[in-house]
Amino acid sequence: MRKISLLVAGAAVAALSLAGPAQAQRRDLVIGMALEPPHLDPTAGAAAAIDEITYQNVFEGLTRIDGEGQIVPGLAERWDVSEDGRTYTFHLRKGVKFHDGTGFDSADVKFAFDRARGADSVNAQKGYFTPIESIETPDPATVVIRLSKVDGQFLSNMGSGDAVIVAPESAGGNRQAPVGTGPFRFSRWTPGDRIELVRNPEFRDASTPKLDKVTFRFIADPAAQMNALRGGDIDAFPLFGAYESVPLFQADSQFAVDEGSTEGETILSFNHRRKPLDDLRVRRAISHALDRREIIEGAQFGYGVPIGSFFPPHREGYVDLTGVYPHDVAKAKALLAEAGHASGLRLTLKLPPPPYARRGGEIVAAQLAKVGIQVEIIPMEWAQWLEQVFRGNDFDLTIVSHVEPLDIGIFDRDPYYLGYRNPQFAAVMAELNGTVDPAGRKALYERAQRILTEDAAAGFLFQLPKIGIRKAGVAGLWKNAPVPANDVTAAFWTR
Amino acid sequence: MIAFLARRLVATLATLLAASVVVFLVLEVLPGDPALLMLGTEARPDTLAALRGQMGLDQPAPLRYAAWLGDMASGQFGVSYTYGRPVGELVAERLAVTVPLALMALVLSVAVALPLGILAAARHGGAGDWGVMVFSQLGISVPGFWTGMLLVLLFSGQLGWLPSGGFPGWGNPGAAFAALVLPAVSLAFYEAAIFARVTRSAVLDTLREDYVRTARAKGLGWRAVLWRHVLRNALAPVVTILGLQFSFLWAAGTLVIENVFYLPGMGRLLYQAITQRDLIVVRDVVMMLVGVVLLVNLAVDLLYAAIDPRPRAGTGG
Repeated sequence: MRKISLLVAGAAVAALSLAGPAQAQRRDLVIGMALEPPHLDPTAGAAAAIDEITYQNVFEGLTRIDGEGQIVPGLAERWDVSEDGRTYTFHLRKGVKFHDGTGFDSADVKFAFDRARGADSVNAQKGYFTPIESIETPDPATVVIRLSKVDGQFLSNMGSGDAVIVAPESAGGNRQAPVGTGPFRFSRWTPGDRIELVRNPEFRDASTPKLDKVTFRFIADPAAQMNALRGGDIDAFPLFGAYESVPLFQADSQFAVDEGSTEGETILSFNHRRKPLDDLRVRRAISHALDRREIIEGAQFGYGVPIGSFFPPHREGYVDLTGVYPHDVAKAKALLAEAGHASGLRLTLKLPPPPYARRGGEIVAAQLAKVGIQVEIIPMEWAQWLEQVFRGNDFDLTIVSHVEPLDIGIFDRDPYYLGYRNPQFAAVMAELNGTVDPAGRKALYERAQRILTEDAAAGFLFQLPKIGIRKAGVAGLWKNAPVPANDVTAAFWTR
Repeated sequence: MIAFLARRLVATLATLLAASVVVFLVLEVLPGDPALLMLGTEARPDTLAALRGQMGLDQPAPLRYAAWLGDMASGQFGVSYTYGRPVGELVAERLAVTVPLALMALVLSVAVALPLGILAAARHGGAGDWGVMVFSQLGISVPGFWTGMLLVLLFSGQLGWLPSGGFPGWGNPGAAFAALVLPAVSLAFYEAAIFARVTRSAVLDTLREDYVRTARAKGLGWRAVLWRHVLRNALAPVVTILGLQFSFLWAAGTLVIENVFYLPGMGRLLYQAITQRDLIVVRDVVMMLVGVVLLVNLAVDLLYAAIDPRPRAGTGG
C-alpha cells in the first residue's frame, strides 16, 4: 500500500511540474559536441570544435557564411570589387564594440589580417591571406585590400573562422577567454565538461540573439550522447555520432531529426606516387570494385549521399558522376589482369579514428578482396595519421573526409599527400582561381569534376552527412554544415 | 621500523626517476607532431615552424628532459599546450572528480563485499555461499561500461532520478554527489565482486588454521572466533588487494567510466591529452599517476607491517 501511495505522490509531483507555473519559454540552450576544442582562438588552430563554438556566436568576420553556404555581409555591411578583380573595398558597420568594450574599426581589421599573414602567424589557413598585397585604412569605417592576383574564393575565405576579426587589446588571450564582436560573450570554461556563452547585451541588433545563455557540453561516446539526449541533459546534438540510434529519435515526438550535409567528401585516397596506384587501370579497377551503397549502409547506417567525384551534391555546379564506374567485379578483375596483376595485389589501408573510416575501411577491404586485392588494415590515431600519411606520404590507401568547403583544388596541390599530378587538371584550377564570374566558375568546377572521375583520381565514396538531433521545441539551428559552426544567433524555443 | 621506512622511500624515489626516463622516451618516439595536429591539413610549413618554436619543440630532447625534471623537482608543472593553463591547476580540478569517485566506489564495494565474503565463508557450500559466488562471477565478467549504460537507461532514462552524466562541480554538493552515484555504483559492482571473492577465500583459509580449532576447542563461540581470531588474520590479503584495486580504480577503472558518464576526471584528461599530443600534460599526469600508485603501495606495505610484524623484522619489504 505504501508503494502505491508513493507512486501516486510521484505522479502528482510529475503532473505538477509538467503543468508548472505558467510555462515560460526557455531562454537557454544546451548543445552537445563530441570533442572539446583544444582552445578557443579560431585564428590559431584547425580543430573544427573551435569554430563549432565561436563562429558567429563570439567572433565575426568581414563576410559571413550562412547556413545555406551563401556569402552574406558580416562586419562589413557591403563591399565593392574593382574592375580588375584585385581591389576589395569593405565598408564596415559603425558603432560595433568588442566584448571588452573597445571599439571596432578598420585598424582592427588591419591588425587581424597582418597578424594572420605575419612571419610568426600560427593561422591554420595562412594561405587565405597570402594573396593580400596591401591593406589600407583610409578611414575608421573603410578597409581597402589589394590582392597580388585575382582570387575567386577571397570573399568566401574572409567569411571563414580563420579570418574573424580580433582586437589588438585582446588577441593574446583569445585562446582561453575569447573576445569578439558577436551576439554572445564567452562566460566560463570548465575543462573536460562544458563551455558557457552568455548574451551580449550590447549587440548591435537588439532582437538578436534570442537566447540568454548557451552551454556546450562535451560527450565523446556515442552511447553517452544518446543517453544525454534521452535523459534531457542536452537539448540538441547538431553533429550526432550514434547513427544506429537515429530511428529511435525519429519515432519519438519529443525529438526532431535533421538530416543535412557537411562539406566533407569522403574518399578512398590513392598514393599516386606508388606502384601500382600510378596505373590508371588499377585505379579504375578499384573504382569498379567499390560498392558505395553497401559502404553507406554498412559504415554509415544508410546516412550519406554517394559521390562520383570530389564535389558536394548540394552545391551549385555538381555533376552526378556516380555511374561512371558501376560496381562490377568482373570488370575490375579484367582491368587488374590487363595491368598485369591477374594473380592479385597486396596494399595497405591506413585508417584514422572516425567511424566512417574505421567501419568504411572494413567494408572497402572486403570489397577489394573480392577482386583479388588483399588489403592490410592499419588503424591509427589522428596524430599518427597526420605524420605518417599526410606528411610522410607513407601509405597505399587511406580513407578520409575532406571537410574544407569547395576544396577540389587539393588535387592540384604540390606537395600534397595524394601525389596526384595532371597538367590538364592544373590548367582548369589555374583558370578557376582567376575567375570571379559565377557562371564561369560553375563551368570550370564541372570540368574539374569530370577530369578527376575520368582519371579515377580517388575512390569517391560519399558526402559526409550532418545528422542533428534536437528537442522538438528547439528551432533556428543549421540543418547543413557549409562551414564548421553551431551558429545559435537565430536559435530559439518554440515551446 | 625507521630503516624499513627509509629503504622503501629510497626505492620509491628511484622508481619515480626511472619512470620519468621511460615516460619521456616513450613520448619522444610516439609518432605524431603536436604542432601539425593543432594546425591540421591546411597548415603551411612556415606556420608549423612558428608554432613549434612557440611550443618549445625546436629544443633538443636532453634539454627538454632536464627542464622538465627541474620543473617537477621545484614542484611546478608545465603549461598545457591546449588549455594554456598550468597542469597543476588542471589536475586539481580533475582530482576533485576522480578521487571522490574512486573513494565512493571503494567504500561502497568494501561495504558490500566484506559482509558478503564473510557470509559466504561462514555458509561455505550452502545457498548463501552459492549466491555470493554467482554475484561475484557476474560482477567480474560484466564490463563496467555496460553496467553503467544499463544503470543510465534505468535511473536516468526511465525513472529520471539521476543525471545521465556530466559533473556540475562541487559548488552544488547535492547535484555533484548525485552525478557520481551511478558511476560509483558501476565501478563498485566489479570491485565488490573481487573483494567478496578474496574475503571469502581468506576467511576460509583462516578457518582451517589450527588456532581456530584450538579456540573452538577451548569453548569459544562461533561468532567470537570469527570476529576475534579469523577476521583480523584474514584481513592482510584483503588489504593488499584493496591497495592494488585502488590504484587500478584511479588509474584505469575511472578512464572508461568517465567516458561513459562524460565526467571531467583524470582519466579523460589523460586520454584527451594523449590524442591531442598535449605532451606536457601527458608526461605530468603519468608521473602523478605513477607517484600515487607508488605511494599507495608504500602505504599498503606499512599497513601490512602494522597488521603483521614479520616483514618489518626480516628481509621483507
